[in-house]
Amino acid sequence: MKRTTDNRPAWPDLPEDVRSAVLDVTGRLKDTPGALLPVLHGVQDALGYVPDTAVPLIARELNLSRADVHGVISFYHFFRQTPPGRRVIHLCRAESCQAMGAVTLEKHIKQRLGIDFHQTTADGAYSLEPVYCLGNCACSPALMVDGELKGRMTPQQFDAWLNAEET
Amino acid sequence: MSVTVYVPRDAGALSLGAEAVAAAIAGEATRRGLDIRLVRNGSRGLYWLEPLVEVDTAEGRVAYGPVTPGDVPGLFEADFLHGGRHALAHGPTEAVDWLKRQQRLTFARVGIVDPRSLDDYRAHGGYRGLAKALAMSGADIVKAVTDSGLRGRGGAAFPAGIKWKTVLDTPAGQKYVVCNADEGDSGTYSDRMVMEGDPFVLIEGMTIAGIAVGATHGYIYLRAEYPHAHQALLAAIAAAEAAGYLGENVCGSGKAFHLEVRLAAGAYICGEETSLLESLEGKRGQVRFKPPLPAIQGLFGKPTVINNVITLASVPVILDQGAGYYRDYGMGRSRGTLPMQLAGNLKRTGLVECAFGLTLRELVEDYGGGTASGRPIRAVQVGGPLGAYVPASRLDTPMDYEAFAEIGAMLGHGGIVVFDDSVDMARQARYAMEFCAIESCGKCTPCRIGSTRGVEVIDRIVAGDAAERARNEALLRDLCQTMLAGSLCALGGMAPFPVLSALDHFPEDFAGRADKAAA
Repeated sequence: MKRTTDNRPAWPDLPEDVRSAVLDVTGRLKDTPGALLPVLHGVQDALGYVPDTAVPLIARELNLSRADVHGVISFYHFFRQTPPGRRVIHLCRAESCQAMGAVTLEKHIKQRLGIDFHQTTADGAYSLEPVYCLGNCACSPALMVDGELKGRMTPQQFDAWLNAEET
Repeated sequence: MSVTVYVPRDAGALSLGAEAVAAAIAGEATRRGLDIRLVRNGSRGLYWLEPLVEVDTAEGRVAYGPVTPGDVPGLFEADFLHGGRHALAHGPTEAVDWLKRQQRLTFARVGIVDPRSLDDYRAHGGYRGLAKALAMSGADIVKAVTDSGLRGRGGAAFPAGIKWKTVLDTPAGQKYVVCNADEGDSGTYSDRMVMEGDPFVLIEGMTIAGIAVGATHGYIYLRAEYPHAHQALLAAIAAAEAAGYLGENVCGSGKAFHLEVRLAAGAYICGEETSLLESLEGKRGQVRFKPPLPAIQGLFGKPTVINNVITLASVPVILDQGAGYYRDYGMGRSRGTLPMQLAGNLKRTGLVECAFGLTLRELVEDYGGGTASGRPIRAVQVGGPLGAYVPASRLDTPMDYEAFAEIGAMLGHGGIVVFDDSVDMARQARYAMEFCAIESCGKCTPCRIGSTRGVEVIDRIVAGDAAERARNEALLRDLCQTMLAGSLCALGGMAPFPVLSALDHFPEDFAGRADKAAA
C-alpha cells in the first residue's frame, strides 16, 4: 500500500541535507526486496555517514522499526555513525599483511596521525579504520584511501603519501 | 598499424601504480606519433611482476614488468612495441614458467581478455557453456555439474551438484541463485581476480545455475572492500543485458534470468551462507539455524542456490567441455582444479590454478620462491583466518581436501599465507581469537563469549610463569573444545584451529615472559 504524500515535514529539526539524502535514496529503493542495506549505502554515499537523526526517517520510509534500522547500522563495520575525515584510510590488519610488516605499519600510522582506529584527526583531515582483508594479499601490506588501493606499503611510502596530501 | 598494449586494471596492479603506467604509455605514444590500442585487462596473477605490461606482437603477447612510469620512455626506446629487448622483458607471456606449468580452466581468460568486452569474451570461448545448457533439461545440467565432481570452492567443499539438485527438486513459485562474493579470508583474492578480469564467466555460470534449477533472479553479494570488482560487474551485467544474455528472455530461450549486485558492509560473518542471506534480506547478518537448508528455504524463504564465485565461474567450462573433462583433473575426491592464492611473505606471490594434488611445498618453494625476507619459512596458514597454521615439517601435504583434513587443517578457499621465522605464534593465536571476537555475529555463546575469553587466556599464558601457563593452557584447550563443538557456524567452530595448531606445533612461543626472564 502506498503512503499518501504528506507535505508536513515530520521531525522539523532534521537537517535538510539529511532529509533530502534519505528521501532521495528511499524514493529510488524502497520497493526493492531487502532494501535496507542498499538504502544505508546510498545515505552513506551521499552524506559520508549515517547520522542518528536519519534513523527515524529511514525507518518510516521502509516501514521498519527504529530498532531494526539502528541494529543493522551498528552490526556492520562499514556503516559510520559519525562524520568521516576528509580522507578515510582503511588499513588492513589481516594475516597476509601481518606477515609483511602490517603491525609495524599500523604503529607508525597511528603515531604519525596521532589517532587510534575508529578515530578522526582533530583537524578533520583523516579517519583511520581497520579492515580485515582488502583482497590485495599478493601485494601486502595494503591499505585503501577512499577506494584507492595501495599495495606493498612501507612507513616511508605512507609518509611520502601524507606529505604529498598536505602540500 | 595499431599495436595493442595491455596494462591491467586489476585492483592489485592498480595498487602498484598501473594507472600511472597506462597514462605514461598513452602519453609517450602520442608524443612519438605512434598508434597504439591500450587494453585494460585483468591480472595474469604474477603479482611480483605487476604492473605487467604486455604487447601483442607477431610472435604473440610478450611481457614486461614490473613497469614504473619512469621505465616507459626506455621501453619505447627499446622498441617494446615490437617485442624489443629490455631489462624488464620476460619474453612471450605464455612461456613464462609460472604460467606454463598451470592448468587454467576457471581462469582461462583472466588477464587475457578485455573484461569490459563481451565480444572478447565470446571470441575466447565465452557463452558456449550457456548455449549447451539451453539445449539441455534442468536435470541434465545438474547431472553434468554433479558428475564433474565440482565441490564448493568457498571453503566448505560441499558437492555443488547435490545443492543444485535439492533446489531443482523443491517446488516453488520463486527460486534464487546467490553468489557469495564476500571473499573475506586473508590470503584470498581469486574471486576478486575473476570478477575484475573476467566478469562474464561469473554471469554465465549464474545464468546456467538459474536455467538449471528454474531460478529467475540472481544476486551477487559483493564485499564493499572491492570497488573495482563492483565497477567491472556493473559494466558486464549492463553489456550482458543489452546483448540479451540476461533479462526476460535469455538468448531467445523464453527463460528469464535477472542479475543484481548487492554490496555488503564489512562483516566477515556474512561470508557464511545463512548470514549472507539475512544480510541480503536487509537484516543484521546473524547466522540461521540449519535445517532448513538454504536450498529448501533460502533467500526470502525460497529455494536458493548459494555458491562461491569460483564455484559458479567453473560451471561454464564444465558445460562447454563436459563433466569428464573437468573431472579428469585432480586427485581422490577433490576433482578439477583449484585456484590457489600465494600471499604473505613470499618472493613470488600470485595466482596458481592447478589440478588438486600439488604439494604445499611445490607451491611455496617452486612457485613462491621461498620467503621475500630470505629467512626460513616457519608457518603457513592455509584457508584463511580459520585455517590451521601448518608447520614447515608438513609442507609435503598435497593440496587435497581430505589430505588436509587428515593433518587437522583445511584448504578452504585456497589462500596460502606464508610466515618466516620472525613470526610470534602466540601473537597469531591471540589474533585468531581477537578476530573471532570482532567478527562474531553474537548469536551463539561459544563464539561470542568464548573468543573474548580466549584472548584473555592467551594473554595470561604469555604473561605468566610455568605453573600459570600450564593451568591456562588446559583452560584454553578446554575452551577451544567448547567452541569447536558448540558453535553454530564455522566462525566460532573453526577459530580454534589456528589457535590449537599454534599451540601444538609452536609451544615454545607460548613460554611465559616470566620463564623467559628466568632463563
